Amino acid sequence: MTKYIMKRILMLIPVVIGITMFIYVIMSLAPGDPATLIMGPDAKYEDILAKRQELGLNDPIFIRYLKYMAGVIRGDFGTSWYNGYNVMSEFLSRLPNTLTLGLMSMAITIVIGIPFGVIAAVRQNGAIDYCTLVLAMLFSSMPAFWFGLMAQIYFCITLGWLPATGADTLKHFILPSITLASGSLAGQVRLTRTSMLEVNKLDYVRTARSKGASESRIIMKHVLRNGMLPVVTSIGGHFATLIGGAIVTESVFAIPGVASLMINAVKIRDVPVVMGIIVVISVFVGVVNLLVDLTYAFIDPRVKLDG
Amino acid sequence: MKNNKKKFSNKSQLGMITFRFSKNKLAMFGLAVITLLIILCITAPLYINYEDVYKQSMANRFISPGSGHIFGTDQFGRDLFARIIYGGRISLLAGLVVVAFALILGVTLGGIAGYFGGRVDNIIMRICDVFMAVPRMLLSMAVVAALGQGTFKMLLALSIAAFPGYARTVRASIMTLRNQEYVEAAKCCGTSSARIIFKHVVPNGLGPVIVSATLGLGGTILAIASLGFLGIGVASPTPEWGTILSENRTNIRYYPYLGLIPGMFIAISVMCLNFVGDGLRDALDPRMKN
Repeated sequence: MTKYIMKRILMLIPVVIGITMFIYVIMSLAPGDPATLIMGPDAKYEDILAKRQELGLNDPIFIRYLKYMAGVIRGDFGTSWYNGYNVMSEFLSRLPNTLTLGLMSMAITIVIGIPFGVIAAVRQNGAIDYCTLVLAMLFSSMPAFWFGLMAQIYFCITLGWLPATGADTLKHFILPSITLASGSLAGQVRLTRTSMLEVNKLDYVRTARSKGASESRIIMKHVLRNGMLPVVTSIGGHFATLIGGAIVTESVFAIPGVASLMINAVKIRDVPVVMGIIVVISVFVGVVNLLVDLTYAFIDPRVKLDG
Repeated sequence: MKNNKKKFSNKSQLGMITFRFSKNKLAMFGLAVITLLIILCITAPLYINYEDVYKQSMANRFISPGSGHIFGTDQFGRDLFARIIYGGRISLLAGLVVVAFALILGVTLGGIAGYFGGRVDNIIMRICDVFMAVPRMLLSMAVVAALGQGTFKMLLALSIAAFPGYARTVRASIMTLRNQEYVEAAKCCGTSSARIIFKHVVPNGLGPVIVSATLGLGGTILAIASLGFLGIGVASPTPEWGTILSENRTNIRYYPYLGLIPGMFIAISVMCLNFVGDGLRDALDPRMKN
């Protein structure tokens, strides 16, 4: 088990190296000198040269990359090209908002998605089944930012029930979490339904039926337990999707989180900030997936984790 | 006897797939709507004056949808219908370009990995793993940040983020096809590897790829719209559905139609593409259906 965990964590290293190297390469291929961009069109030539020196752009790209990676190993992701703040500390100060958003929407996805998936499977081809599937389809096709905007206008401005923007209290997070959950909810419902239907066809369920066990007992005791296994695995995948969705959601509701930091950095091409965020989040997603796999082995003893 | 035999085999493989697909009402509905939308977009110059897309008129700001302007006008008095239809040309075409580019890259790499196996497979798949480890939206944003903004660069960024998924699908279906007897037979005849891949293996393994490409098209249109909405995709005033929403963002609360209409166009096209994708999946592999 320990060996497996170590191996999975070590597997994150090539991911970090690969992504950073990839971004360095395309950055060096892209036209335009960062120092000139930062200093603006009116800057003096000497100032641009000084900025190049300050940013270390005079070194060959290979040396710059090694210097950067040496920093990454120590947890130092450099400073912003434009505002000079430390990338890691800025990231950490914004992380709680994004985490709250992510966890709340994950909770909504699970609490609503799983029961509806189960009901749809139990009443297969019934009215509830069709309604759930159509609604799920509808929600997954809607752009999350559009859903968010419309919900914001209706609930926050027209009805005035909830605050429209900001991240001061938990109340601020209710609508953003629902918005973010709306996209992954559909996948959760469909997956739960399919998985339940599959288990429902298995022999041991038929045995239970023929023994005369009550339908509710069959569903709760026999089908649900095994039917939940793929659902648990899917949660790791949802997590990556949630982070992608969080970017637009934070923008709609003006939540000062990691995603809004990312958007601003992309707009002004603040590469160290973008790079820092993407590396930390990739590692984070990797760790979440590892935890999910460990949980999976824990709830299903048939699964053996060996490297 | 002859008649009896004919009853069972009068349809080709493609015919069977088309038949099953045409039986699926949702998929046919989706296909009809998407086709209609594409025809509307292609023939746009016949019924919309291209000038209307950009022509500003302060006297005609915020006209509600109605007779003069079917979808009303925006804050600059531009006709929303013209912008949406011309925006559709960009949104749908951009989605197709991204999927096509990602497919070319993914099918080539996945095909090589799956067919040759061994070390080549290992190297290609590890590269794909690296790209798959990063959430797609973040990866495309990072590429945009490194390359700089612009429509073409954004499309490139989205393709880079999308290709590993296709490479994986192709590889998986080729792994199962590689050991089929007809491939072995072709090998024995001395057929070149390239010919075996492109003439024997790829056509047979194409099913799952077509399905994931159709479903991916919907997702890509959503991603392009999201980037447009964030202001790092197609730049205003070029109409793109996400960009149109972003332009009207501050006015939606007073004039809801400005938000409802572009959003509905995105949602309907994505949903119909999903219907078609699901229908194709069921038609190509009826065993998958439950």
